Amino acid sequence: MKQQPGNEVLLRFLSRSANEGFARTAAACFVAQLDPTLEEVNDIKTAVSEAVTNCIVHAYPNCLGPVQMRLRLFEDRTVEVVVKDSGVGIADIEQARTPLFTTGNGERSGMGFTIMESFMDQVKVRSRLGKGTTVVMRRRLSSRAAAPV
Amino acid sequence: MSIACTGEGRTLRAALSGEVDHHRARALMGELDTLIESALPRSLTLDLSGVTFMDSSGIAVVLRAWRRMGELGGVLRVSGVPAQAGKVLRAAGLDRLFALED
Ligand SMILES: Nc1ncnc2c1ncn2[C@@H]1O[C@H](COP(=O)(O)OP(=O)(O)OP(=O)(O)O)[C@@H](O)[C@H]1O
Ligand SMILES: [Mg+2]
Repeated sequence: MKQQPGNEVLLRFLSRSANEGFARTAAACFVAQLDPTLEEVNDIKTAVSEAVTNCIVHAYPNCLGPVQMRLRLFEDRTVEVVVKDSGVGIADIEQARTPLFTTGNGERSGMGFTIMESFMDQVKVRSRLGKGTTVVMRRRLSSRAAAPV
Repeated sequence: MSIACTGEGRTLRAALSGEVDHHRARALMGELDTLIESALPRSLTLDLSGVTFMDSSGIAVVLRAWRRMGELGGVLRVSGVPAQAGKVLRAAGLDRLFALED
């Protein structure tokens, strides 16, 4: 049976680039209650930044739209991040996840999904053209019980 | 200017600071472009020691400076790389293009 989250938060914001910093800082603050290591917090912040920036850059290329981020914490110290937009969608998800693939101009490197994948344990992408994209990422934090006090 | 620049002649050091994300990337690219075009340095060191966060937008900033320096026959060095930025730059394989110095 799927375990129930121990805590959950839902944020909804406009696809303004100023919210990139807001989203990753909010995620770091929420995750702090599990007492993660600095590296774990930074990994999660980086992955959140990638997913949210993609909504801002790609999902709504010429307009502003809503971005939703849901964070859930589970008993086994799994952090789940869901970033969802209602933008243009992705035609070929496998191609989009390929390192260096980008539809952006010289300002993009095509490494966003690669970074999400290497910084999180699991990354799932669902998308429908014209409907939007949902990215689900999970990372299980190390156990801090054994850490010296 | 958010880039602090020091150096003389054609050896330059540019210190980036704060959060290098999409929100700030375009401005940083513009500043670095101007710096490189006007000084035509032989050697440019990007000092990242003041960078508190970097994501893939920062990869594009560093790559652009690297490419531009290459076109001019100069070299790019990247120094003072904090752990978080280093992890991002390494995930993108940039450590195979130039050394990432601590
Ligand atoms: N939320 C989204 N909506 C629509 N298209 C997307 C979305 N996220 C990603 N994409 C598509 O997938 C491609 C790859 O995304 P990825 O984040 O890996 O690289 P990038 O955003 O192009 O560059 P970088 O993240 O390195 O700045 C994008 O160029 C874009 O075409
Ligand atoms: Mg991206």
